[in-house]
Amino acid sequence: MSEIFGIPIQAFLGQLLLGLVNGSFYAMLSLGLAVIFGLLGIVNFAHGALYMIGAYVAWISMEKFGLNYWVALVLAPLVVGALGVLIERTMLKQLYKLDPLYGLLLTFGLALIFEGLFRDQFGVSGQQYAVPDALAGATNLGFMILPNYRAWVVVASLTVCLGTWFVIEKTSLGATLRAGTENPSLVQAFGINVPVMVTLTYAGGAALAALAGVLAAPIIQITPLMGSNLIIVVFAVVVIGGMGSILGSILTGVMLGLVEGLTKVFYPEASSIVVFVIMAIVLMIRPAGLFGKEK
Amino acid sequence: MSSTKNSGRMAWGVVLALLIAAPFIGLYPVFMMKALCFAIFACAFNLLLGYTGLLSFGHAAYLGAAAYVTGWLVRSAGWSPEMGLLAGVVIAAGLGLVVGLIAIRRQGIYFAMITLAMAQMIYFVCLQAPFTGGEDGLQGVPRGTLFGVLPLANDTVMYFFVLAVFVAVFLAIMRIVHSPYGQVLKAIRENEPRAISLGYHVDRYKLLAFVLSTAIAGLAGSLKTIVLGFATLSDAHWSLSGEVVLMTLLGGMGTFAGPVVGAFTIIGLQNFLADRVGAWVTVIIGAIFVFCVLAFRRGIVGELLAWAERRKNR
Repeated sequence: MSEIFGIPIQAFLGQLLLGLVNGSFYAMLSLGLAVIFGLLGIVNFAHGALYMIGAYVAWISMEKFGLNYWVALVLAPLVVGALGVLIERTMLKQLYKLDPLYGLLLTFGLALIFEGLFRDQFGVSGQQYAVPDALAGATNLGFMILPNYRAWVVVASLTVCLGTWFVIEKTSLGATLRAGTENPSLVQAFGINVPVMVTLTYAGGAALAALAGVLAAPIIQITPLMGSNLIIVVFAVVVIGGMGSILGSILTGVMLGLVEGLTKVFYPEASSIVVFVIMAIVLMIRPAGLFGKEK
Repeated sequence: MSSTKNSGRMAWGVVLALLIAAPFIGLYPVFMMKALCFAIFACAFNLLLGYTGLLSFGHAAYLGAAAYVTGWLVRSAGWSPEMGLLAGVVIAAGLGLVVGLIAIRRQGIYFAMITLAMAQMIYFVCLQAPFTGGEDGLQGVPRGTLFGVLPLANDTVMYFFVLAVFVAVFLAIMRIVHSPYGQVLKAIRENEPRAISLGYHVDRYKLLAFVLSTAIAGLAGSLKTIVLGFATLSDAHWSLSGEVVLMTLLGGMGTFAGPVVGAFTIIGLQNFLADRVGAWVTVIIGAIFVFCVLAFRRGIVGELLAWAERRKNR
């Protein structure tokens, strides 16, 4: 059996893996968006830019300071998380009493600023980031050749996603966080510093985006525009999944990555729009999203 | 009241006189036409955001789709400019109807995300469709002869046609907003559940507003193609969708003049900065965005009106 539906099985599985990799990124990013939206009520358009900055932090620390991939994996989330603290403290904080649309517009402006700054510094051509030695090469599974790095990306990001889910759903810290989403003033009355919690949540979401950026760095072209193009797809993923459920956004992300991969096999022309088409269909049938609750 | 009304009328008169005089006092006509096209676009957008409270984050898609359709019909199929414009408007309205039907199923922030995603889909179609010229876009669209008599190749003739369209759109939007229909839109903006409980079919009102707005956005795109002679991918790109939000916000959303002021300011700024600062244009636009959201939410015209109000009450 070397063909499936007339497609060589190697190519088929290759695209499926690529879909899974993309799906892991969708999952990580939509998870961050969902957590931020849950507590801050803000749709963070800058999420894509933060992801881009994460990738650039990895690249710069390699090129300029000789720091390796594993350091970048820790450094980038810290740097971008700190940036997140700054953004939340100085700007987003002032918008909580306003229409949530202003949060979207502000973060859109921030995304433009970041993109412009990086374009000015690094131009629009893509930068390459080498796959770390420990993860280079590929494993022959018998039915397909599995590039080690791609397998690592899928495992690492799903672990991070499930870890985040565990923290939010199963620990007391997560319980406080969820309580803050439901009723911030009551949580405040219990003696919990809600403003700090909000800041850290935004920073955490930003750090997740940066981590996704580092994971993506060795398998994509690092460009200033890489985030914005991705974030719009992630928005569609979020709409499809509905922002209510953490596990839901992880699942939706992975699923849509796979669907996109399959579309690349069977009808490549439609692969860039398939997520949007699915979004339209889901909205027709279930406006609240697959895992969302109708309010 | 009557004195503000009079001074308002006088201000409009002065602006109109300036616009009519523009080609004769040395203002570069192509720049003025481009700015007017974007002013039409921003007015269309303001009809949604300012008067209905719907943030469409993908309005460039309708402008871009209409620009391509008009460009192709006029250049490759030999249509007259007026028929090309009409076709652009029809296409944009049709797309608006489809997207609107899907997007009005969700409110608020979701509406914005859905319109953005659908616009990105239209963008990809523009990128891949066989007749759009891919990355290069459609070049060399002739201006032709309007109604078989007016030679649009002449910049002055073209300018006055664009100005006439602009004035017509502006008055039409004013008329819509002041009509009973416009009042219902405002009611929806202020309190949607209440409008529903009063028995209005809110979704139908919103959908019509969306279609009207996308049709006018399409008109702006088609007109721009005729003026400049090309349609490119940037006409349908999300960054233009963001710019039209900025034009409206900076000028003053929910005011008639705001989007026009905003469009002229942003287009003028881009024109001025284009060769001077490179990628910093994006940074500056982003910074204006952040500033407007944080400290200037009423916009230029909104602040002026508030200032006039304060002075009157003193």
